[in-house]
Amino acid sequence: MSVASATAAGRAESVAVHFFGSLREAVGEQTLTVELAEATVGGLKARLREQLPAAAQAAVFAPGVRVAVNQALVSDDDAVATGDEVALLPPVTGG
Amino acid sequence: MRSEVRIQREDFDFGAEWAACRERCGGAAGAIVAFGGLVRDRASNDDVRGLYLEHYPGMTEASIERIVGEAAERWRLEDVLVVHRVGELAPQAQIVLVLVASGHRPDAFAAAEFVMDYLKTDAVFWKKERRRQGDVWIAATADDRVRREGWQPPP
Repeated sequence: MSVASATAAGRAESVAVHFFGSLREAVGEQTLTVELAEATVGGLKARLREQLPAAAQAAVFAPGVRVAVNQALVSDDDAVATGDEVALLPPVTGG
Repeated sequence: MRSEVRIQREDFDFGAEWAACRERCGGAAGAIVAFGGLVRDRASNDDVRGLYLEHYPGMTEASIERIVGEAAERWRLEDVLVVHRVGELAPQAQIVLVLVASGHRPDAFAAAEFVMDYLKTDAVFWKKERRRQGDVWIAATADDRVRREGWQPPP
């Protein structure tokens, strides 16, 4: 489950999208390669949606799911570029 | 202030961590507050057979370091250690250790509680309860959020 090695394997003009917790289970993969048609988080999410079956879409696009680019939380208007590390994070809890 | 955050699969030695913290502080600390979180064997009318914890290497450590940093802005602290376990944990297992050393007791008590309250809502972990009736991913509760919001911004 190496995030770094999965990122390095990503193709040009695409990004590796990592899933954690319940999302990893819903998607059935730790990492998917998603084509980067538009260089924003919102654009990437639209492409990702097309790649996912309905059940996984419901989980990934549920309220409370956040997106991180290079380990910082972002919003749909933020930029994303080839080689970035993108992650979808369901609600967290520690302790 | 010295601080350290560790994420690990293996168990920790509560007493040894306490002794090491005391040693590090020399004579500067008048108090060390130690919190140990354990895996409960029950949750909302069901038996819990264990917990599975997952983290995001790098982002998880950073999220805890931010919490510790905020505590250090609010109180005068000498040393903070947070050890958080991941992986499969059985009931009664240790899951988290928070040690806060300070010159004075009130700062150590308050900061330890603050760090724990924020760990519940802001630390990047995902937690699955292995209940008798099936696995359930759990999130911070409304009560957790109320406790977190109860900490007023520093003056």
